[in-house]
Amino acid sequence: MNSAETAIKIRTRDLDFYYGAARALKKVSVDCHDRKVTAIIGPSGCGKSTFIRTLNRMNDVIAGTRVDGEILIDGQNINAPEVDVVELRRRVGMVFQKPNPFPKSIYDNIAYGLRINGMRDRRKLEETVEKSLRGAALWDEVKDRLDENAFALSGGQQQRLCIARSLAVEPEVILFDEPCSAIDPIATAKVEDLIERLKSTYTVVIVTHNMQQAARVSDYTAFMMLGELVEFDQTEKIFTNPANKLTEDYITGRFG
Amino acid sequence: MRKKRRSGLKESAIKAFFFTSGILAVLVLLGIFLTLVATSFPAFREIKLGEFFLNTRWDPTSPEKAEYGLLSMIMSTLMVTAGALVLAVPIGIGVAAYLSDVAHWRVREILKPVVEILAGIPSVVVGFIGIVLFGPAIAKVFHIGNGLNALNGSILLAIMALPTIISISEDSLNAVPRAYSEASLALGASRWQTLVRVKLPAGLSGIIAAVMLGMGRAIGETMTVLMATGNARSFPHGFLEAVRTMTANIAIELGEVPYYTTHYYALFAIGLVLFVMTFAVNLIADVVLNKYQEREQ
Amino acid sequence: MKRVTRKKIVQALGFLALRAAMGLVLAVLFLFLYDIGSKGAGSISWEFLSKAPRKGMTAGGIFPAIFGTFLVTVITAFLAVPLGMSAAIYLNEYAKQTRLTRLIRLSIRNLSGVPSIVYGLFGVILFVNIMSFGTSILSAGLTLGLMTLPWTITASEEALKTVPNAYREGALALGATKWQMIRTNVLPYSVPGMLTGTVLGLARAAGETAPILFTGAAFFLPFLPRSLGDQFMALPYHLYIMATQHHAILQVRPLAYGTALVLIVLVLGLNMTAVIVRYRLRRKQR
Repeated sequence: MNSAETAIKIRTRDLDFYYGAARALKKVSVDCHDRKVTAIIGPSGCGKSTFIRTLNRMNDVIAGTRVDGEILIDGQNINAPEVDVVELRRRVGMVFQKPNPFPKSIYDNIAYGLRINGMRDRRKLEETVEKSLRGAALWDEVKDRLDENAFALSGGQQQRLCIARSLAVEPEVILFDEPCSAIDPIATAKVEDLIERLKSTYTVVIVTHNMQQAARVSDYTAFMMLGELVEFDQTEKIFTNPANKLTEDYITGRFG
Repeated sequence: MRKKRRSGLKESAIKAFFFTSGILAVLVLLGIFLTLVATSFPAFREIKLGEFFLNTRWDPTSPEKAEYGLLSMIMSTLMVTAGALVLAVPIGIGVAAYLSDVAHWRVREILKPVVEILAGIPSVVVGFIGIVLFGPAIAKVFHIGNGLNALNGSILLAIMALPTIISISEDSLNAVPRAYSEASLALGASRWQTLVRVKLPAGLSGIIAAVMLGMGRAIGETMTVLMATGNARSFPHGFLEAVRTMTANIAIELGEVPYYTTHYYALFAIGLVLFVMTFAVNLIADVVLNKYQEREQ
Repeated sequence: MKRVTRKKIVQALGFLALRAAMGLVLAVLFLFLYDIGSKGAGSISWEFLSKAPRKGMTAGGIFPAIFGTFLVTVITAFLAVPLGMSAAIYLNEYAKQTRLTRLIRLSIRNLSGVPSIVYGLFGVILFVNIMSFGTSILSAGLTLGLMTLPWTITASEEALKTVPNAYREGALALGATKWQMIRTNVLPYSVPGMLTGTVLGLARAAGETAPILFTGAAFFLPFLPRSLGDQFMALPYHLYIMATQHHAILQVRPLAYGTALVLIVLVLGLNMTAVIVRYRLRRKQR
C-alpha cells in the first residue's frame, strides 16, 4: 500500500484543543486518506474522542472549548469563519459510542436527515431509506417493520440504524467514535464487516480502544497518548514494526 | 465547501427571539424594583425616613396629623413569620426526613404528590379556613373573644410554607452521597443515628435554603394574613393579639386611597420594603444553595 | 447488648416522631379538604354554578366569578406560556455559561419569590396606569401572567432537561441546524412535559387574589364582562368578599363554603391532572 495511491481527504496540522484551560490535544497532525479507514487508538483519556469530534466540529456544542491549528477537508479549513458548520456536518457524518436512535420509527429515523435537508418527495424518501438500510446491511432485518419504534431494535441493530441514518444524507466522510463499545461481539463483527464495505465509497475515521479491531478494519493507524500523536503510519507497519517504543509497549499490552 | 447558507440569518433571528424572552426575566425584576422606587419616592417628600421606619403609629387618614410609622407592621410581619417558622421548620424537616429515610419508596411516591396538593390550595382558601376553623378553635382554647390573631396567621403561614420546606429539604437529603450513609451504617450506627449525625448535617445548607425560601413565602403572603390575623394597627405584644402585616395593610388601604397622594405613595413604599426583604431572604437562600451545589460537584 | 437495645429504642422513637410529623401534615390536608368538601357540598347546585348572585349576594350563584376566573386565566396563559417556554428554550438550548446567563437565572429565581401583592402594585403602575388598560381583565391577566412567568420557565426547562443529549448530537451530526434540531428532535419530546408544568403554574395563578385586587377584580357586577377592558368577578376574590366583607357574613357562610369548594375543585383538579400526567410522563421516560 502506498500513500501516494490515494488522495488525502482530511489533513490536520498542529491541531490544539482546549477545554477551558486544559489542553486536550497537542499539535496533532494526521492525514486521512480518501476511501481508506484510519483508526485512532490509545489509552482512555488520550484525546482520541476529542480529536474525532473536532473533525465535524461536534465540540462546538461544548461551552468553553477552543481550537488552534488547522483541519483541512479537501483543502478547505473547516474552522474558517465562512464555513457553514451545518453543511460540514452533513458532509462529515458521525456514529456515536452509544447507539442513539431517535424515539421515532425506523423509517423516520433514516428519513430525518433527508427531511431536514428539504427532501419532501415521498418516493425519493422511500428509495433513499431503502438504499441506506441496505448500505448498512440492515434492510433484510427490518424491511417488514419500518413503522416500528427504533428502540425495539437490538443494540447492534440500533448502531447499524445509526450508520444507515448517516449514510442517508450522502456524506463523504464517516466518523466512528468507538462504535462497538456498547454492543456485543456478534453485533461488533457485523459493524466491522460494514466498515470494511463502506470504505469503497467513503473516507472512514474510527476511534477504538480495541487494538484488534483497529488491526482488522483499518488501513492507517494513529496512536495517541496524553493528547499527543505518538505515531502515525500504515496499520500493518504500526502493528508489526512500530517505530516508537511507546507504541510497541501499548500494542503488546504493556499498559493501557 | 459551500459558503454559509441564508439559513444562518434565520438561525440568528430565532436565537435573538429566544434571547429576548430570556432577558425578559431580568427586565421584569428590574422593572418591578424601579417602579417601586419611583412610586415610593414622592412619599418621602412628606414623610421622614426615620419616622417611616421607627414610628409605631400608622394613621394616614387622621384628621389632625397623618402618621406614617411602619414599625408596628414590620414587627407584625416578622412576628407572624417567626411563629410560622417555629411551627413549620421542625415539622417540615421531619416530614422530609420521613420521606427520604423512613418511608417505603412506594409510600413516598404516593405521599409526595399529596404534599404537592397542599401547595396547590389557594391562599384565600387557607385564610378562609383560618376564619372558620382555626379562629374559633383558638378562641376556645385560650378563652378569648375571637381567634383572629397572630397565632392564627402563624399556623396558616406554617401550613403554606411547609410544602416548600419539605420538598427542598428532601431534595437536599437525597443529594447526600450514598457513600456517607453507607460508611456510617457499616460502622454500626443505626439508621436514626445515621440520619441525625450524618445526613442532616451533610444536607444542612440545603435545609437552610429551604427554610429561607419558606420564610420568604411567609413574609410576602397576603390573603391568609389579611383574613386571619385581625388587622389591628397597634404594635403587637403577643401572639394572641390581632396584628396587621405589611402585606395586609397594602391590601386593605390601596383600594380606598386616592391616587397620587402621600398615602398612595407610602403604600408603594411598603411594597418596596417588602420587595427588599423578600429579595434579601431569597438571595441568601440562593447563595447557600449554590454553595452546596458547587460542593456536590 | 444493652447499648444495642437503647439504640433501637432511640431509633424507634425518632422514626415515630418523623411519622407523626408526616401524619400531622396529612391530617391538616385532610381537615382542609373535609371541612370544605362537607360544608360546601350542600351549596352546590345547578343554579349556584350557572346563575349570578342575587339579593345583595345573599342568594343565587357564582357563575360570573367562574367565568371571570376563566377569562383572566386565559390571558395569563397567553402571556406566561409562550414566553415561559421560549425563555426556557433559550436557557437550556442556547445560553452559554456566561455572567448574563447567571443573571437571568438569578432573576428568575428571585421573581418567583416576589410577593404576589407586589406584583399587584407593579400591575397597577404598568398595566392600569402606564399602558392605560384600566382596571380590567387584561390588566389583571397580564399581572398574573408576569407572576406565573418564573414558574412556567422553570417547569419548561425541567421538561427540556429530560430530553437526552444524544438526540441533540445525533441531529446536529446529520447536518441539522440548531433550530431544526430543537424543532424536530427536542420539542416533540418535551412539549407535553412543558404543558403539564405550565398548567401547574396556571392553576396557582387562577387561585391568586392579591395581584388582581387592584388591577381588575370587582366586588359585584350585575352583568358578565363584554370585553377584555371590563372589570370582572373572580372566584378567589369572591370568596374573600363572602368571607370577610359581606354585610351579613354569617348568613352567607354556606355560599362562601360553596365558593371555596368550587375554587378548590377547579384549582386542585387542574393541579392533580398535571401532577398525574407528569408522573406518567416521567415513568415513561425512564
